[in-house]
Amino acid sequence: MGRIVLVTGVSRYLGGQIARILAKDPSIDQVIGVDVVPPKVKLAQMQFVRADIRNPVIAKVLGEAGVDTVVHMGVIATSRQAGGRATMKEINVIGTMQLLAACQRTPSVKALVVKSSASVYGSGPKDPAMFTEEMQPRHTPRSGWAKDSVEVEGFVRGFARRRPDVAVTTLRFANIIGPGIDTAMTTYFSLPVIPTVLGFDARLQFIHEDDGLEFVKRAVLGSYAGTFNVAGSGILMLSQAIRRTGHKRVSLPEFLFMPVGRSISSAGLIDFTTEQVRYLTFGRVLDTSLAQTTFGHTPMYSTPQAFASFLARREVSVA
Amino acid sequence: MPNAKIIPIHGDDPIVPRLVADLEPDVMARLMEFWEFLQRRLAGDYSVDDFGFDPEFNDKVLMALVRPIYKSWFRVEASGLENVPDETGALVVANHSGVIAFDAVMTQLALLDEHPAHRHLRMLGSDLVFQSPFLGEIARKAGHTLACHPDAERLLGDGEIVGVWPEGYKGIGKPFAERYKLQRFGRGGFVAAALRTKTPIIPTAIVGAEETYPMIANATVVARLLGLPYFPITPTFPLLGPLGLIPLPSKWFIHFGEPIYTDQFPENAADDPMLVFDLTDQVREQIQQTLYRLLMQRTSVFG
Repeated sequence: MGRIVLVTGVSRYLGGQIARILAKDPSIDQVIGVDVVPPKVKLAQMQFVRADIRNPVIAKVLGEAGVDTVVHMGVIATSRQAGGRATMKEINVIGTMQLLAACQRTPSVKALVVKSSASVYGSGPKDPAMFTEEMQPRHTPRSGWAKDSVEVEGFVRGFARRRPDVAVTTLRFANIIGPGIDTAMTTYFSLPVIPTVLGFDARLQFIHEDDGLEFVKRAVLGSYAGTFNVAGSGILMLSQAIRRTGHKRVSLPEFLFMPVGRSISSAGLIDFTTEQVRYLTFGRVLDTSLAQTTFGHTPMYSTPQAFASFLARREVSVA
Repeated sequence: MPNAKIIPIHGDDPIVPRLVADLEPDVMARLMEFWEFLQRRLAGDYSVDDFGFDPEFNDKVLMALVRPIYKSWFRVEASGLENVPDETGALVVANHSGVIAFDAVMTQLALLDEHPAHRHLRMLGSDLVFQSPFLGEIARKAGHTLACHPDAERLLGDGEIVGVWPEGYKGIGKPFAERYKLQRFGRGGFVAAALRTKTPIIPTAIVGAEETYPMIANATVVARLLGLPYFPITPTFPLLGPLGLIPLPSKWFIHFGEPIYTDQFPENAADDPMLVFDLTDQVREQIQQTLYRLLMQRTSVFG
């Protein structure tokens, strides 16, 4: 008997990509994609269900199709994507609660893969140089995506306790970057003049989108219960990354950075949340050895290579 | 101007190539090297390690700035470098003094310049360092990190030379009257890190740093206002303003002592507080004795 996989957030970039990859895999019978808006590109091998995960309807979808694996890619990183912070929070937090409630009620569900984020570790001067999975944040995230991710992981842990028979894999991704994806970071590095916080140089880490998708795919096909940090090897300093873009850099004192950042973000250019600013001030680096040994896979792109791949796209689009 | 000198320029010998040709070949090569270095830096084409350590920037820029102070101002004499391993990890534990942590920087340069293997010292600093603008940025680039167990063990496990100053602010912020009297050695966390990674501890004594800024008083009210651990009053600071920041040119001695090996202890020795306390005392005692010995040998503070 083949497998039936449900993917949430399928109308956004990564969700659509992973649905496409899984649909091609011979061991998977059917991929059901769920989102509130239909995907821009039609996926032939995928059955699309227009449903809101914030709504109990999702339980029906799960039960009727006999879904065995749920891939939760529906956590939104920027309020711009959701059309406001309130909606974003609702999709992330209430959506995850509903989805997990539905999973708990559906006996056919045997595996859950959640795309989480390294932002759950927060960012600050008291951080160790590298975070391993069991470390607690020294600076707990208080806003935005990072706080949502913390809450989402909390619900996922609760679910894992109530359904011990389900293999739960939580993947904490560093900033995903590459030729196809648009995130707050890719927008930031595309600004003609890039603002930074004066006197600080953050340590950044990226994961290439292809590597990120590979880890999600492996988590679905294999069974690796647990929480894993996923990032490309090595780091880039923020100053170094900006030099590589060839753009100008303007350093602003901390007290000016937020207002200036906000004024740019209100122009619809970028999401400057408190957490994002802290990340650009102090940075964060993950220890990824657990994921590499467990999954038996090393990301193909290192952090500098992933960044170069993002820069290459930009050059192509300019030409 | 009728009487202005006219310098003839030969048509077949333009001035710029002649100037370039006049330069010594090695000067030329060094200029080219510097130009390439600058271009590579501006393009972001260099690599840093996971801690943010930028060896090129550290060796070619930061240490180059400190070197004249090391050689001409403090005239540092480093000894016992044979006690520091060439390739494997070790924990350098030293006394801390002198208001500004010059002693740490000098120890770093001593190991880079005078150790045969040119080792980089990776220091463990307080969170105050990493939350301060500029200071935190430079500290990361120079290879230093936050004083915490995971970082210490990671660096030692990678075979790095790690530097700790367990007296912390109690050491650098102590009054001049208490010079060369070791303060309490924290909670002995550094010993636990060495035990867990089975790396040797190298007790290191630094003489000379105490006299750079003789602190006669501590303005605790000002310190509290500024959120600093102490605010020093020296004979010249804040009396002479920025001039008071110039350290006195004391003569320095840094001695890297006999290593204390930690690999003969059982596997979970780090969880035995009594053993950790004993080892901490042993390290502290060895540094204190070396300090007394170096002070006895010293003929004059400014030698």
